[in-house]
Amino acid sequence: MHEKIFENYQPNDRSSLIPLLQDVQNIYGYLPENALRDISDFVGVPLSRVYGVATFYNQFRLTPLGKNIIRVCRGTACHVKNSANILYALENELKIKAGETTRDKQFTLEVVNCIGACSIAPVILVNEDYHGRITVKDIPKILKKYQTIKKTDKAEVTE
Amino acid sequence: MVQLTINGIKVNAEEGMTILDAAKSVGITIPTLCHMKNLIPTGACRICSVEVEGFKGLTPACAYPVSEGMVVETDSPRVRRARKTIVELLIENHPQDCLICVRNKNCELQDLSERYGVREHRYVGETKSHAIDISSASMERDPAKCILCGRCVRACHEVQKIGAIDFTKRGFASIVTTPYNKGLNVSDCILCGQCILVCPTAALREKSSVKEVAAALYDRKKYCIAQVAPAVRASIGEEYNMPLGTDVTGLIVTGLRRLGFKKVFDTNFAADLTIMEEASELINRIQNGGSLPMFTSCCPGWVRFAEMNYPEILDHISTCKSPHEMEGAVLKTYYARKMGIDPKDIFVVSIMPCTVKKYESARPELKENTLPDVDAVLTTRELVRFFKIAGIDFNDLPESEFDNPLGESTGAAAIFGTSGGVMEAALRTAYWKLTGKDLEKLEFEQIRGMDGVKEATVKINGMEINIAVVNGIGNVKQIIDEVVSGKSKHHFIEVMACPGGCINGGGQPIHQKPEKVMKRIKVLYQIDENAKHRKSYENESVKTLYREFLGEPNSHKAHEILHTEYFDKKKILRN
Ligand code: SF4
Ligand code: SF4
Ligand code: SF4
Ligand code: FES
Ligand code: FES
Repeated sequence: MHEKIFENYQPNDRSSLIPLLQDVQNIYGYLPENALRDISDFVGVPLSRVYGVATFYNQFRLTPLGKNIIRVCRGTACHVKNSANILYALENELKIKAGETTRDKQFTLEVVNCIGACSIAPVILVNEDYHGRITVKDIPKILKKYQTIKKTDKAEVTE
Repeated sequence: MVQLTINGIKVNAEEGMTILDAAKSVGITIPTLCHMKNLIPTGACRICSVEVEGFKGLTPACAYPVSEGMVVETDSPRVRRARKTIVELLIENHPQDCLICVRNKNCELQDLSERYGVREHRYVGETKSHAIDISSASMERDPAKCILCGRCVRACHEVQKIGAIDFTKRGFASIVTTPYNKGLNVSDCILCGQCILVCPTAALREKSSVKEVAAALYDRKKYCIAQVAPAVRASIGEEYNMPLGTDVTGLIVTGLRRLGFKKVFDTNFAADLTIMEEASELINRIQNGGSLPMFTSCCPGWVRFAEMNYPEILDHISTCKSPHEMEGAVLKTYYARKMGIDPKDIFVVSIMPCTVKKYESARPELKENTLPDVDAVLTTRELVRFFKIAGIDFNDLPESEFDNPLGESTGAAAIFGTSGGVMEAALRTAYWKLTGKDLEKLEFEQIRGMDGVKEATVKINGMEINIAVVNGIGNVKQIIDEVVSGKSKHHFIEVMACPGGCINGGGQPIHQKPEKVMKRIKVLYQIDENAKHRKSYENESVKTLYREFLGEPNSHKAHEILHTEYFDKKKILRN
């Protein structure tokens, strides 16, 4: 379904790499491997380099988005308030790493820079909701609120 | 010419030379990590930093050209401090595994730590942890040991032009890996191991088969047979401080006997056999309208590359198994019967300069009723480790000869180990087959040496045969494109995945001496020149094999035992 995007570009032109990645992400919400292969063939750049570029920029996603998106702020103010622990706890609880989505597609975990809510640091943003001054202990409660399907088996790494 | 001063020494250097090379010319070694000879410098690691008078910061010597009157300090306290800090930061993010590491004592990070006197942990921080990729039968990737110098990436992209691995992510998360962090076996990687040869640490290494071979040697039921590839005898001496280009064939044979192998044979025997089959196949294709050009098939890295990228040309690849597979196949049929050994009890170990051969020997097509032609492959480096475990002092070994009949070989077989060698060997035999006469001049100088693509036209019996030799998989594209588009004028094309051929294979000793390839190649041509017989059809044992068992080249029996098939593997790259 992404084949059409190539109509707007010249083959073997490295400078179209990033625009093409953006186009694919607009279609699927993330960058599926087969689309990356097609881009690699079209632009004439090895797949590994395409993937390298895609993982270098935060704007690109390599896995599909979950139903809920959790953004952990790692800005300075939050950092001072131990946001690293919050991230670590979330990764543990969800059994995924930042940038990944749980196997049941319930949660996607992301890391962001300052989201302008420093006064209530440390902050996480779940979908549109800010959760401020949170501690590691609050995490299960917060997750439960968004979890729709009953957790039968534990969420696992998607890749 | 410009004149500059390095550490108080007046140095005359050519214009455009880097500070690094100028210093080297007067015996000053500036350390490097990301630098690679003959490639454009990236200036990424900064370990080569030097002080240049009048410059504010430190300057990377690998990337900066000399100029008239320049004054350089390569070893000032400031330089030392800067380098030490770089090393310390690398070490703190590196597993402290030296005692159990396969690159212990041959590791550039260790050398730097030693050189800059790192004796304590000054920056203790988070260490990255990554899973080891053991997915392929040939190599392992251990990103935790990676110091991100980028040399493997450049070898893979710029030399081999495969591009299986690259830098991904950034900052602390940065890691050199395959797309989607998948296993090498399902990536574009052809397992050539050229990246291993340039890696300063153990982040890239072969998958070791030493344990498996040791177990077989201790198994009383097993009849263990070793065979040795041509390129190994020209390189293994380097691991024992012998000068580059020392031929140690006789020592290897003795060493292998001492390890407990019942027989030590020569893969060169099978190289002669390969030539008999391949030359006949070529003539057959030319005379009977088969797919042309025909490509050689002895390099499994090349075969894997074609299967994954150009399935449409697979019928152009000679169906001959590679020499060590032929040797294994003959051992488990003809030889087993001759000696009254059950083929199931024979354990064939190939000593190879190559990492891909490990993967190759596991290919299902290279098994006869689940019995593999070759049971295990040890690289040159693994053999060195094995000798060490067994307490074999290589330098002190007496020489001995290969066993027979599968130990006899001609000079034509020896040059298989170098780019152009298979072609040259095949031409010698093809000429004889077509004319009934011996070639007057055996050497084909046009197809020797390190050029990426070597072409020639050979006249045999009024027939013009156009040949090409591709030296390094990075140079194959243009040649293949011609075949795909039907424009190829060639009849016969040799492809070796490694630059220089197997002599520079991914399983060979690791060090960065630039003359190594040429010196090793010389050994093989020397063996050829000194050989009593230099044409494969003069190998008496091969003749006997045909008489007693195979009939004639390309016979039905020969096809059954010595030939194989290839498969479209493009789809494993698409999920
Ligand atoms: S083995 Fe060869 S193809 Fe594979 S990553 Fe290394 S250099 Fe690239
Ligand atoms: S794997 Fe080795 S060669 Fe590649 S970047 Fe890491 S340390 Fe350098
Ligand atoms: S050129 Fe030789 S060492 Fe290199 S991949 Fe091919 S067979 Fe192996
Ligand atoms: S640093 Fe986290 S909201 Fe500003
Ligand atoms: S060796 Fe010069 S910057 Fe790395």
